[in-house]
Amino acid sequence: MRSLWRGARHQNRIFWRTPVAAFFTLVFPILMLVLFTAIFGNDAFDTVYGRVNSSQFYTPGLAVFAAASSTYTGIGINLASRRELGILKRVRGTPMPRRAYLGGVVLSAVWIAALGVTAMVVLGVVAYGVNVEAAKVPAMLLSFGVGSASFAALGLALASLARSVSMAVPIANATLLPMAFISNIFVPFGSETPGWLDLLGDIFPLKHFGLAFGEAMNPLSSAPAVEWHRLGVLVLWLAAGAAVAAWRFSWDPPVTAGRTSRRRTRPEPI
Amino acid sequence: MSPAVAVRDLVKDYGAVRAIDGVSFEVERGEVFALLGPNGAGKSTIVEILEGHRTRSSGAVSVLDTDPAAAGPSFRDRIGIVLQTSGIDPELTVREAIDFYGAAYSRPVPSQDLIELVELGEKADARISTLSGGQQRRIDMALGLAGDPDVVFLDEPTTGFDPAARRRGWELVERLASEQRAVLLTTHYLDEAENLADRVAVLARGRIVAEGTPAELRARAGSALIRFVVPDRAEPVPDLFAPVSGDIIGRGRYVEITTDAPTADLAHLTAWAAARGIELEGLTVSTPSLEDVYLGLVDGDRGGDDVTGSDS
Repeated sequence: MRSLWRGARHQNRIFWRTPVAAFFTLVFPILMLVLFTAIFGNDAFDTVYGRVNSSQFYTPGLAVFAAASSTYTGIGINLASRRELGILKRVRGTPMPRRAYLGGVVLSAVWIAALGVTAMVVLGVVAYGVNVEAAKVPAMLLSFGVGSASFAALGLALASLARSVSMAVPIANATLLPMAFISNIFVPFGSETPGWLDLLGDIFPLKHFGLAFGEAMNPLSSAPAVEWHRLGVLVLWLAAGAAVAAWRFSWDPPVTAGRTSRRRTRPEPI
Repeated sequence: MSPAVAVRDLVKDYGAVRAIDGVSFEVERGEVFALLGPNGAGKSTIVEILEGHRTRSSGAVSVLDTDPAAAGPSFRDRIGIVLQTSGIDPELTVREAIDFYGAAYSRPVPSQDLIELVELGEKADARISTLSGGQQRRIDMALGLAGDPDVVFLDEPTTGFDPAARRRGWELVERLASEQRAVLLTTHYLDEAENLADRVAVLARGRIVAEGTPAELRARAGSALIRFVVPDRAEPVPDLFAPVSGDIIGRGRYVEITTDAPTADLAHLTAWAAARGIELEGLTVSTPSLEDVYLGLVDGDRGGDDVTGSDS
């Protein structure tokens, strides 16, 4: 347990010293909220519960996107890069429990995700008149926890399938961004998506994460607003990600990268 | 007490390629044992099997009376590893890295002691990404010793060190052995093996081709080494070599004769050359060094055009 906390603190320190990672996981989604409300407006419309701003619907989607970036992309790239540097191999040669090390990576990513989601929601409330109802906060926390855990498991799977950083980065982007477009993240409502895209969105986990979290922030829903069936889909993806990681995760650097980086040549005899 | 490291008939296959082909050796506590060989000879593979990083195909391996292939954290608590290919988190400072990795051990050496041991006091709060390769290698060394290990594996520990740092690295290794730790070292530097190791095993193509103290290995080469270059016009050469008593190794026109009768052989060679008015270029007589033995062992199948006409 102590080594788990130590591992999480270690990963947090690394995160804050990697400005690119901090920008893309924390600043970038917030920038999108600012841009969306600037471009599409933050029009209020009347509902049976009173006037609601459109940012009430952008905010949860982008909060979930931030959480998925921090966990899925963050863990996938972080572990692929630690492996390529031979750091995972070093860890494996110490008595540090391997699960505690990986647990620290996951815990740290979920912590960063929580910061990103909190920053997003606070910005929404303060700047754009978003409402958060106390009675639905447990549903927000629950869906955040299940969704982040699910994307963390998928991040472990990504690090297992992508052997190098140069593979992990494009795979992460080429999966998460299109998924966001078909998961009501960037286009939250009022759009006419074709049925097959809708179906695709229903298969992948991001839409369920977004809608589960969004339901807890939806002024039209009633407390406790827990979307159990969506959480169930997320748990299935969690299991799938964990299974891939258990099957394929490697601690050894890819042969070429590790070998050439420190190789020295010796003068030919005579 | 059983040896700290015992390896018997170790074999490692990668597909159809036999990388390690029946290697056996032992390392006692308080001893520095060197695996010496060229790149690709299998040194790192052996060390990584002993550390538990790789599995073996067959043979028996025991480190601290434990089979590394089946060992857990309590085994890794007692060994120290300095690998060629393991990195350190570049975002951390020296002290942070030593604190983090050291905390995993049950009897951690205080971080400040380790920093001073590898002489990184001035860089203790510098980010690892800003350090030179040699300085990072010293952190590798500190991290390998962080758990006060009983067995230390050093895979080419001084690669990238400047000469002065290398000397200090050697002193550190000697100190480890004097503290009754077993030290298994791989190197392709002959002077490192010669200066540091109590015993040396020369590894070539996955086999140990010679083993002994550096003095024993040197003795294998006979008492003297005669070298010279045969001039182009000196034909026929077989006349020259027929009466020589020692072993003749030819590479092109370059000739090496290892002999226990240097006076007689030299008298013959110089008489032959003088009678023909030929100068044997670069003629030297010397005591064989470990390098001479080593090159004879690992380059045994180098041949090519050969003035001696024999298969060397």
